[in-house]
Amino acid sequence: MLGRLSWAAIPLDQPLPLYAMGVVGIVILIVLGIVTVKGWWPYLWREWITSVDHKRIGVMYVILGLVMLLRGYSDAIMMRSQQAIAIGDAQGYLPPDHYDQIFSAHGTIMIFFVAMPLVIGLMNFVVPLQLGVHDVAFPTLNSVSFWLTATGALLVNVSLVIGSFSRATWWGYPPLSELTFSPDEGVDYYLWPLQISGIGTLLTGVNFVTTILKLRAPGMIYFRMPVFCWTALAANMLIVAAFPVLTATFAMLLLDRYLGMHFFTNDAGGNQMMYANLFWAWGHPEVYILVLPAFGVFSEVAATFSGKGLFSYRSMVLATLGICILAFMVWLHHFFTMGAGADVNAVFGIMSSIIAVPTGAKIFNWLFTLFRGRIVFTTPILFLIGFMITFVLGGLTGVLLAVPPVDFVLHNSAFLVAHFHHVIIGGVVFGALAGINYWFPKAFGFTLDERWGKASFWCWLIGFYLAFMPLYVLGLMGMTRRMQHIPDPSWRPLLLVAELGAIVVFLGILCQIAQLYVSIRTREQRRDLTGDPWNGRTLEWSTSSPPPAYNFAVLPRVETIDAFWEVKRKGLTPVEEVYETIEMPRNSPIGFVIAFFATFTGFALIWHIWWIVILGLLAAAVTVLVFGWSENRQHEISANEMAQLERARLGLGRPA
Amino acid sequence: MHDWPYETPAPLRTPSSDEPKRPRSSGLLRWLVACVALLVCSCSRQGILDPQGPIASAQLLLLLNSTAIMLVVVIPVILATLGFAWWYRSSNAQASRSADEGYEGRTEFVLWSIPTLIVILLGGVIWISSHQLDPRAPIPANVNPLRVEVVALDWKWLFIYPDQGIATVNQLVIPAATPVSFRLTSATVMNSFFVPQLGSQIYTMGGMTTHLNLLADAPGEYPGFSAMFSGDGFAEMRFIAKAVPAGDFDSWVGQVRGSGSGLDLPAYAELARPSIAVPPKTYRSVEPKLFDRIIEQTLSGPRGPTSAAWCPPAQQTGG
Amino acid sequence: MTIAALDTVPTGVPTELARGRGGGGPASTRTVVAYGFWIFLLSDFILFAGLFAAHAVLSGNTAGGPTGAELFNLRNVFIETMCLLFSSYTCGLGALSAERRQPARFLIFAALTLVLGAAFLVIESTEFAGMVSKGAGPSRSAFLSAFFTLVGTHGVHVTGGLLWLVYMAAQVVAKGLRPQVLRRLLCWSLFWHALDIVWVGVFTLVYLMGAR
Repeated sequence: MLGRLSWAAIPLDQPLPLYAMGVVGIVILIVLGIVTVKGWWPYLWREWITSVDHKRIGVMYVILGLVMLLRGYSDAIMMRSQQAIAIGDAQGYLPPDHYDQIFSAHGTIMIFFVAMPLVIGLMNFVVPLQLGVHDVAFPTLNSVSFWLTATGALLVNVSLVIGSFSRATWWGYPPLSELTFSPDEGVDYYLWPLQISGIGTLLTGVNFVTTILKLRAPGMIYFRMPVFCWTALAANMLIVAAFPVLTATFAMLLLDRYLGMHFFTNDAGGNQMMYANLFWAWGHPEVYILVLPAFGVFSEVAATFSGKGLFSYRSMVLATLGICILAFMVWLHHFFTMGAGADVNAVFGIMSSIIAVPTGAKIFNWLFTLFRGRIVFTTPILFLIGFMITFVLGGLTGVLLAVPPVDFVLHNSAFLVAHFHHVIIGGVVFGALAGINYWFPKAFGFTLDERWGKASFWCWLIGFYLAFMPLYVLGLMGMTRRMQHIPDPSWRPLLLVAELGAIVVFLGILCQIAQLYVSIRTREQRRDLTGDPWNGRTLEWSTSSPPPAYNFAVLPRVETIDAFWEVKRKGLTPVEEVYETIEMPRNSPIGFVIAFFATFTGFALIWHIWWIVILGLLAAAVTVLVFGWSENRQHEISANEMAQLERARLGLGRPA
Repeated sequence: MHDWPYETPAPLRTPSSDEPKRPRSSGLLRWLVACVALLVCSCSRQGILDPQGPIASAQLLLLLNSTAIMLVVVIPVILATLGFAWWYRSSNAQASRSADEGYEGRTEFVLWSIPTLIVILLGGVIWISSHQLDPRAPIPANVNPLRVEVVALDWKWLFIYPDQGIATVNQLVIPAATPVSFRLTSATVMNSFFVPQLGSQIYTMGGMTTHLNLLADAPGEYPGFSAMFSGDGFAEMRFIAKAVPAGDFDSWVGQVRGSGSGLDLPAYAELARPSIAVPPKTYRSVEPKLFDRIIEQTLSGPRGPTSAAWCPPAQQTGG
Repeated sequence: MTIAALDTVPTGVPTELARGRGGGGPASTRTVVAYGFWIFLLSDFILFAGLFAAHAVLSGNTAGGPTGAELFNLRNVFIETMCLLFSSYTCGLGALSAERRQPARFLIFAALTLVLGAAFLVIESTEFAGMVSKGAGPSRSAFLSAFFTLVGTHGVHVTGGLLWLVYMAAQVVAKGLRPQVLRRLLCWSLFWHALDIVWVGVFTLVYLMGAR
């Protein structure tokens, strides 16, 4: 009746997850209680949950990412503490099967439910505004994408209270992840949420490639698009090309686990090496999906806060597309030690170092954007400077690892762990935080508090170096990754420094929370009345903060790169436009409803409750069919209405 | 009145602080140097930093050379970043500014050439070193290589000496200054055989054979472990690679043959059951072609349970 | 300037804005929808590419069990291929009828496509059932896992396509061939032709090469 679900699935004998979920449960109940008491449900339903506005969806993605950062980070602190304590004879407080779940969850959550949502959220919010259009190509699909991602995040967290998570690492390699060696529901808690959110991400890729290539303001030829839109295009093309590989790979592993097939098993001809190849054929483009938009954010930030245009726009575009293509040609560097032979290893090593060329060109371009600029030290530009230093160092260690014989002694060591955190934190996290600080006033109408922002930057920067430089040294000293227990007491000082670093980063996260709180409390003092708090260059700064739902009453005519800067430079003043009727998409509950059924279907698949699976799939199918039949999906804003709205917004005197 | 900012660009209205960078940056610099010094001092010569064989030595040299090549670019970039950020701060009246970057073809050519040249150099290093340090390549020496067959089990290492007819668990005794030619496999999940001080690691995979060649220059005890997470007992999957003088090796072999039990098939089946933190053990004899039989066995059926909570697959699908 | 509610290219764009370089402003809804669906189809091709890769790697891993040469009935494969290819033809004729606003003719061709597609599925499921009953099911060996998954995934797509066709026929009957319905039909035909392309790959790489 309930598959393999039973009361035994609730970890009554394990205090940590129970307390954690107790706390989370109480917080959730309090939040829901406040919302109910204040009568905010209709507003939330109408304005956020059923919204198909890319700006709202973007904000929800970022909120999801930041909330999941707290979960992923608590895993990190637990891992660091265990490794700081469980040295020599001490066993620490996390037995192996818990520790194994924690590091598997940490990687999974940070990549799929923190980094991806943050990056996708920023792209959602910014790209249509920078392109000078009303919304993305498929707004309702956008909502579906978000809610499916949220479903994935929810299901992964349910594993804290019901059952247990995967103990097969964040990339779930067989045969360890096969039924023989992971018979319980853990790996299924990993595979199904990622398949579900993977559909959402793929749809985002389709949406944004179409938007960027087919929906731009008149006059915005490709080489007049902002660089952030180029990086968003590259990232979304990577999503479209790479995520289906992950879907296929996970499908094959699921078929092994559920229907007894033999894609990757030890016996009956399965091939575990094929999983590594397929997974990393997705996995390497994935990190470029994460980092390219971060590069885009930094391009915008560098130009705006240096008060001059980005150095060599076309170099940047060429480098972005170069990275996009090369991303698919390097995947084997994740398993040089599998024994492919010298020729194959060397080719992939060389391809991996070739990526350093366009990346280096980008770094130089940012450097020369700063050169002879007029630099203002806001939080975003601090993140840029921190990124430039941190990322080149992280890239250095990456190129080292790209030399196969060096990788033979560093693979899977703490050195590798330090490298990828180096580039992901220095690149993606710093980029996301810079982007959030940069575009927050556009989204909410007031700037974030600078002091707390800078405090969070310094904590992240210092904490990062404290946490990860010791890991480089430990890797060289012979420490491998994923160790629940440390054999060598001489490693203790370095592990303690790493623990300290993790605490400092945690302070940085607290500073971010403080920043939000203080900023909201004092928002009237930091209202953005002009829509252009930073003297920006691109079109999003030509709208009000926050922009109206339709973004632009009349799509701007673009004649140059940095279209808004050009307008300001020429000293243009707005005139009463000739408004036309536009159609905007209506809100739709379909995203939420499909995700609702997907949640139950996913849960039922994990626990083998087949009748719920069938019902859930049917319900989702019916929802799609009902939506597919519907006609009335758009609403008009007539020319008169638009004129009134714009007049009110701009305070223009002349009548229509 | 309207608040639409279509006017000639005003001076930047950003609410930021233009605090002078120099006092901060010199304090920062001193602090950074101290940290790096502390890091460097706190790392002791262990692992890869203490190579005890030609493979490991070559790899450490390669690591240091590649780092140096990269630092040629990285250090100037970091200094330039900090320098530009400080010098071109908006409060610095002495700095020259330019509003329009224009298109600087020559600068761009140079900027792309720098990473390209470095990468070309690195590409050569990669090609040559990958071939020189190929794990499959035998190590040239005056003596015949010792053959060792390695099997990764849950969660210990089995070492079979096919020519000597003995076997050990979690203890790899080899003659110093003699090349060791490994054939490796796993009876369960993917592991990675690694003795950092001797050099390269290599994956061990079920149903497959990988190859590795290492050599220990001098006698000593070198820690080894699995570098690929393989389950609950992974952290304890450690062994000691003990290099002894060549003469002592033969007497050790004799000693092993003289005591303890043999590794026949039932004993192997017992050994293959999951266990954690297994103390070193020796076997006086080994089932002939045990390594190949283990591979065949892995290819033909699932291995046993790996945790107390395991139950046969048939019992799981229910409800 | 609007995101066009009608299926026309936006007017009022100065010709000196380089249309050929993408400066013509937002494309029409029909273009956007078809383009987006095409991008989605490309992603679906990549999904199949992953499965093709798995099949290529595992095609020799029969684990002592039956091989393709022993199992495949190429005559049936030929018949189902012809069914699918002809269904693409009838699909095309249906698309032409729809473009010419001839709902009755469209429905006739839709019915033919449905019949041919169903015939394909019947032959394929019979083949699968036969193989399973001989003990050559997907859990017998890695080769068979790859075979069933690749060909089966294509079959699932065909099934979905036929259900979608029925749904579209219902829409045509209920609403007529208005622009929104035409756009959805365009997507459906792209999907159907894409499945045909994938089948050519399956037919060649799996059956013809596997039967040697």
